[in-house]
Amino acid sequence: MQNAILAGLLGGVACSLIGVFVVTMNLSFIGVAIAHAAFAGALCGAWLGFSPQAGAFIFSLAAVAVIGPLADRGEFNPDTPIGIIFSLTMGLAFLFMGLLPGPKTQALELLWGSILTVNNFDLVLLFIVAVIVLTLVMLFFKEIQAVIFHREAALAVGIPANLIFYSMLFLTGSVITASLRSIGGLLIFNLILNPAAAAYQLTYSLRIMFILSASFGILSTWLGLLISYLFNTPSGATIVLVSTVIFIIAAAFSPKRKVKKWKNELESALKN
Amino acid sequence: MITIKNAVVSYREDVALRGVSLSVKKGELVGIIGPNGAGKTTILTLVNGLGKLLKGQVQVLGCMLNNGCPAYLRRRIGYVPQIHNIDPRMPVNAGEVVMMGRYGRLGLLRRPGILDRQVVESLLSLVGMSHLATRPIGHLSGGEQQRVAIARALAQEPDILLLDEPTTGLDRRARVEIMALVNEIHRTRNLTTLMVTHELKTASAICNRLVLMKEGRIWSQGKPEDVLQEEVLDLLYGDDNKVANYF
Ligand SMILES: Nc1ncnc2c1ncn2[C@@H]1O[C@H](COP(=O)(O)OP(=O)(O)OP(=O)(O)O)[C@@H](O)[C@H]1O
Ligand SMILES: [Mg+2]
Repeated sequence: MQNAILAGLLGGVACSLIGVFVVTMNLSFIGVAIAHAAFAGALCGAWLGFSPQAGAFIFSLAAVAVIGPLADRGEFNPDTPIGIIFSLTMGLAFLFMGLLPGPKTQALELLWGSILTVNNFDLVLLFIVAVIVLTLVMLFFKEIQAVIFHREAALAVGIPANLIFYSMLFLTGSVITASLRSIGGLLIFNLILNPAAAAYQLTYSLRIMFILSASFGILSTWLGLLISYLFNTPSGATIVLVSTVIFIIAAAFSPKRKVKKWKNELESALKN
Repeated sequence: MITIKNAVVSYREDVALRGVSLSVKKGELVGIIGPNGAGKTTILTLVNGLGKLLKGQVQVLGCMLNNGCPAYLRRRIGYVPQIHNIDPRMPVNAGEVVMMGRYGRLGLLRRPGILDRQVVESLLSLVGMSHLATRPIGHLSGGEQQRVAIARALAQEPDILLLDEPTTGLDRRARVEIMALVNEIHRTRNLTTLMVTHELKTASAICNRLVLMKEGRIWSQGKPEDVLQEEVLDLLYGDDNKVANYF
């Protein structure tokens, strides 16, 4: 349980910080594709008998290498080519799953995640990745802010914007790789997206958005763990559901949606 | 300051520039005019290295640009891109956008200091945006965003200023104000300025030289009054567009 709480903290922070890039730069689809590539890679690693993490890392790097330039061209909608890669990685994942000999417990663990059984290696990996992400976000905050605002403008100002952008994608792949075992390949992306999306609803300051997102990430994993412990529900799924509830609450209280309220007031005023 | 020789640029099948040569001297204010798709934006992106050169040569600030423009040169070139939609939820405010102009000179790992903040404040007041400094950038109107973009470019303390249609989509008064602002900063800050614009009248009043582009070529260039001949404009924009329409 101690390991699970620690993994929840590290995974929650890493995923939700990465989520800020994904949400503010509209990279959801790209993120999902990378997550699935990592999942397929992990299964491939398991099938070939080396570590799932190594497989996940290699596959997510490959996905970044292919998807990054596709998204970069920006001349047409990159959804279709990314969608094709996405379905390819899904196909590969199921192929490797089928090829895996014996019982499929390991594959299912990678799919659903099992935060309660993380071992020390997983924890060390998560720790390293979380520290790297946190450090880079703090050190390069101003560059990240500029790239999120407008990549071309950032480039014109003299910031190595492309390097920053590719580092973001690379970090996304690394975080997914490190969290695969605890959160699971199918669920990981929700933990990336939901806390950041919730934070996005609440603030116009990027700094605060990072802080809120990380807090929501930790809250999701810890509350999820607690609930799954109390009610004996699957931990990964519970964590993801908690993060979704947090998002819904944030959206309900979002100042960015006040327009609607104002509209309602207007309507009721007109009625009277 | 800027020398472009026989530049050819192509985006896949489309050829955007078909052998363009242009040179700009220090302190000049050059207006680039021409119909949509003429290659005006493309020529600006050659100067700051965002565009990819297929053939030809570009020399900026005494440096040959072969593969893009190195960061230390980009820092010295302020760029106000053609207006783009900003997500109203974007978690960045106007003051922070202007501060971004300082980021390049600051370099990695250094935070903005008091001096940077003073520069940003004075620029915000120069472009008349001090009262909106803490507004989310996506909440500003088109004209206000243009002002912020100009302030951001100036925050770089550039030697060259590139402006891409800074008045497009603005009302008449804002257009006049922005053009006056461009003229003022060009003169008071010793800039070399390249401005793409459709404001033929104001441009001819403030530019030292006009460059007329169409279909990826420069059709004519020179003093505004020489360039803005009726025949030339007819050739450029088609017969229906008499010069009068632009005044
Ligand atoms: N990203 C791109 N991908 C493909 N073609 C492009 C791209 N950008 C520009 N072009 C093409 O290059 C040509 C020149 O484009 P450019 O943007 O330089 O024109 P412009 O003179 O700035 O036009 P406008 O007045 O509309 O801004 C056009 O024919 C356009 O179709
Ligand atoms: Mg243009």
